[in-house]
Formats: sequence, structure tokens, C-alpha cells
Amino acid sequence: MALVEIVDLRKTYHLGGQDIHALDGVSLQVEAGEFVAVMGPSGSGKSTFMNLVGCLDRPTAGTYRLDGEAISTLSADGLAAVRNRRIGFVFQQFHLIQEINAVANVELPMIYAGQPRSLRRGMAIAALSRVGLGDRLHHKPTELSGGQQQRVAIARALVNKPAILLADEPTGALDSRTSLDIMALFQTLHRDGVTVIVVTHEPDVAAFASRVIHFRDGRILKDSTHQPRDAAVALAQLEGEAA
Amino acid sequence: MSFYEALLSALQALNAHKQRAALTMLGIIIGVAAVIAMVAIGGGARQQVAAQIRSLGANLLIVLPGNITLTGVRLGSGASNTLTDLDAEAIMREISSVQTSAPTLRPSVQIVADSQNWASFAFGITEGYFEAREWEVEIGRSFTPEEIQRGGQVVILGWTVVQNLFPGGEDPVGQTIRLRNVPMTVIGIMARKGQSALGTDQDDAVFVPLTTARSRLTGTNRANSRQVGSIMVKVHEGEDLNAALEEVRQLLRQRHRLQPDQDDDFTIRNLSEIAATREASANTLAWLLAAVAAVSLIVGGIGIMNIMLVSVTERTREIGLRMAVGARPGDIMRQFLIEATVLAAIGGIIGVILGIGAAEAVSTKAGWPLLIDPLIVIGAVIFSGFVGIFFGWYPAWNASRLNPVEALRSA
Repeated sequence: MALVEIVDLRKTYHLGGQDIHALDGVSLQVEAGEFVAVMGPSGSGKSTFMNLVGCLDRPTAGTYRLDGEAISTLSADGLAAVRNRRIGFVFQQFHLIQEINAVANVELPMIYAGQPRSLRRGMAIAALSRVGLGDRLHHKPTELSGGQQQRVAIARALVNKPAILLADEPTGALDSRTSLDIMALFQTLHRDGVTVIVVTHEPDVAAFASRVIHFRDGRILKDSTHQPRDAAVALAQLEGEAA
Repeated sequence: MSFYEALLSALQALNAHKQRAALTMLGIIIGVAAVIAMVAIGGGARQQVAAQIRSLGANLLIVLPGNITLTGVRLGSGASNTLTDLDAEAIMREISSVQTSAPTLRPSVQIVADSQNWASFAFGITEGYFEAREWEVEIGRSFTPEEIQRGGQVVILGWTVVQNLFPGGEDPVGQTIRLRNVPMTVIGIMARKGQSALGTDQDDAVFVPLTTARSRLTGTNRANSRQVGSIMVKVHEGEDLNAALEEVRQLLRQRHRLQPDQDDDFTIRNLSEIAATREASANTLAWLLAAVAAVSLIVGGIGIMNIMLVSVTERTREIGLRMAVGARPGDIMRQFLIEATVLAAIGGIIGVILGIGAAEAVSTKAGWPLLIDPLIVIGAVIFSGFVGIFFGWYPAWNASRLNPVEALRSA
């Protein structure tokens, strides 16, 4: 059984008396352990697709099963629970809470999972160490660089051990060197067994995934697998050029 | 998300916007402080009126000589000389609801003690007087029945007189002073009583036996009459004061042989009634103040709602993020509700402190007793918490209904 099973998924918005089919019958499967890039120009439906896969929104029609569980029929509270335990989000703008430090930001999903305080701290520190921020635990977001903030966000996404890591333009706000850094981190996590779905409009970013799905006008245009580029190697090359 | 976690996160959020939180609290602070101070001040004023009633002596009627008309000329109140100590005895004897009846003469006297002198009133009294006034001798002793009967040359001083005649603080008891040049021995000092309901200093007086006052201190033309200046009538606790008043009136009319067509040659005043009127107006004032204060508390609550709505709008992205990592609508609702409640409750606590301070300042200045009911204090804090919940509800509900996709996308 596939981790993600989507059959004829549709999402229709009503705007000014007009029906806009943001997703117009999408079917696909993602196996556990895949590294998938979702590509397409703006308006292609890739963001809508991500919101549905991330359980942030409900489809107009079609079925979505995550790890065997039917998502389409869940209540708002049920969706919140799925987001909490099965999905880890990484956003372009990081979306860290500015007033609290890195550890507290990473603890947030565990608070909503009802984890006791005593456990949370250690798990948050472990997650931050995993993304290479073991020495920045008590810094607030404003005291961290963009790449470091994105690492905190990734630690937050990983801390509840989700089934899918869902990243929406994760390198959109970063320079090219930091972008490679982050993609290398995704590849490391992927090798450790995390299922990663990255939504992007940059072919450079998609090149690090082993499977690329192209969207256009709310449908899948192309779904292909290829040999991914190694981000660590690309990073080394970049540093070699600089030196 | 547990209540404790939500509380922590609320405190964090308030801490992050200290200035705004402080300004928002200001409405509640002023409201609660006003409630506490106003209730305390109103209560103090009421207490003071009650104290005045007590100092006057409760259930008291005062019979004064009435005005008379002599060949067409109306003389003022007190001009009639028909009121006697025999009237006082008759009132005591014949009206069952009367506890005591005290005839009084009140000549003004110049008092001399060594090098000091002082003008005051000498109250010529009988045994019943201190009972009627509910007043006691604090230092020394009261008159013996023998002194009252025989007209002993003894005097009891009021506090103000003591202060003016013995400024050095020496003990007046046992000393001899002169009233209208008549030497008298000081046997006691009255307890301090303060101002009367009408504003006169009740401690500025000396007391001598009625017979002494009559024979030694008043003009010779009155020396052998039984005339008195007034009669204080104390009615038993629980008796109808107005019924007693009417009985006294009928008795005196009969004793003075007044025809049905003649006016009373005396006046009876019911002092408790005057005091009761004052108490009622003090009560009204207290309620009015409390009502104004309560309105300001509600205005403070509206301030909280306003700021919470702004806060929800400003933190839409944070709400979206919290939802994305697993917050249920109820968690979001609770977070903002607790934030509003904490805001209001902290404001309430600060308001209580300020309110008590203000009440203390006013009562010290006005010389009132400080009356802070702990129930009012607790009530004010709880009420301000409820104001927070009530006015925080709508903003919190708004926050909980946000769509996570749109919330995350908001700028």
C-alpha cells in the first residue's frame, strides 16, 4: 500500500460567479521513502495540491488516503490531528514565532500533541542537533540567519516524526549557497528514510529529487523519475569555484 | 494543549507586547480601582453617618421649649419657660416606651483654671443624661445621686475643654476650677465623642448636676423655678419612635393645660430621623459611585475586545502556523481567550492595589474609617476576569475560525 493514495482529486473555487478548477482530477501515489518534487508555473495547481496533501484544506471531490486513512471525511479537529502527527511543514517564509527561541519553536508541535514538558525539551534539542543547530538552541529567530531559521523550521517539522515532510518553496527566500545547504539537508533526511515532497518552480531545486511531477492547469502534465543530483557535491563545487 | 501551556503562551504573547498590554489593561485598572475606591469611600461615608447617629444617641427625642406669642409679638423658639424637670419626670413615669428622660439646662460659662480660661457650655444634667446620649465618663467618675440631688460643686469636663484648660497635659481630676467664678472640683473627664451630625463639637462642654447649674450658674430669676432648657427622651430599642413622640406630645399638652385650639408651647425633635435621611442620601451616593465605576469597567472590557481583534489580525500568520503544526480550532480559541482573561485579571489585580491606595488616601484625608470589604476586592478581580472572557470571546472565536491556508498566506 502506498503512503499517499490520491484518486481523481478536485478542488473548485467560486470566484466572482465563476468556477475555477484549481485541481481538475489528479490521481497519483507516493511510496514511503520517496523524494518527490512538484513543479509547475504559478496557477498550475501545485499549491492547491500541497494544501490538500498537507490536510490544510479539503478537496471538493475525490479521495485522499494517507497511510491508509481516508482524509477527505475528517472533521476540522481530525485534520488538525493528522497535520500534527503525520505531516511536517516547511514554508518559504519559515513561519517561526518571533517572540520565542529555537527550542520553544520546535516544541510547538509537541505541545499540540500533548507531550509532557519533561520529554519535549530533550526531543526538541535532538531535532535541532539533527539539523546542525545544536549550538543555537536559545537564539530567537531574529538572531539567526535565513538558513538557520529554515533549519529550525525543518527541526520543527521533524520533531513529531511525521510520515511526510512537506516543503513549499523551501529555498525561495534563501541565497543559492544556503539553498544548496538546505537541499543537502533534505537529501540527508531522505537517505535516513524520511519521505520528502518539495513544491518548487525552480528546476535547479527539483533536480535534487528522484521523482518530478509537473502540474499545469490543475492536471498532471508529466510524472518522471531520474537520477538525482547530489546537493553535497554541488555545494563542494560551488565552494571550489569561490576558492 | 493543556491549560497551563495556554497560560504560558498567553503570558509570552503579552510579554512580547508589553506597552500594548499595559495600555489595554489601563481601562480595566481604572475600572477596578474606581469600583474599589468608590465602594470604600461610599462605605466610609455611610459608616461616618452611622457613627454620627450613634454619637447622637439612638432612639432619641429632644423636647425644646416652644415659641410663644405675647400680645401679638412672636418670640423665638425657647422663649416659653413652661418646660420643667417635673415634665421630664412625668415623661419617664407615665410613658412605658421611654427608657430614660433627662432634663437639661445649658448656660454658657466662662471657665477659669489657674492661668487658662475658656468659654463653653455647662450642661446641667441628671442621672439619665449620659445614658440617653450613650456617653461615658472615661477618666474619674460620674455624679453620685446625692451630688445631683443636693447640687454638689463638682464638674465633669469634655475633652476639648480639658485640652484648652490644661494644655500642659496635667491631670485635671481633683483640681478646682471656676465656672462663673463658682469653684468646682473636677471629678471626671468624658470619653471623646467628636462632631455631632450638625457639625458642632460635642466635646466642647462641661457637665454639672442640674440643681447646681440652676442655683449657681443661671440668672437669679430662674434660680428657684424648675424650668429646664430641654429634655432628652430616650425610647426603648425597638419601640416606635413616632408613636412615643406623639405620646410625649399629648402628655405635655395635658400637663401644660393647653386647650385643643392652642398650639404646642414646646417642640419635639426626632434627631434619628435627620440622621436616617443623611444615611439614605449617603447610601444613594455610594450606589451611584459604584454604578459609575462599573460602567468604566465595561468600557475597559470593550478596550480589551478592540485590542484582541487587532492582535488576532496581526497574528494571523502565527495562527495559521499553529494550525499547520496541529492546533485545533479549540486550541486557538482557548489561547486567545486566556490571553484576554489574563490581561483583564492582571489589570484587575493592579486596579485593586491602586483602588485600595486611593481609598486609603481619601479616608485619611476625610478622617473616615477605611472600609474595604474583601468580598468586594475578590468580586472585582473575578468580575474583571469575566469581563476578559466576555469581551475576549468574539476575537478568540474569530481567530479559531480562520482558514489555515489563507492565514498562512496573509502578509
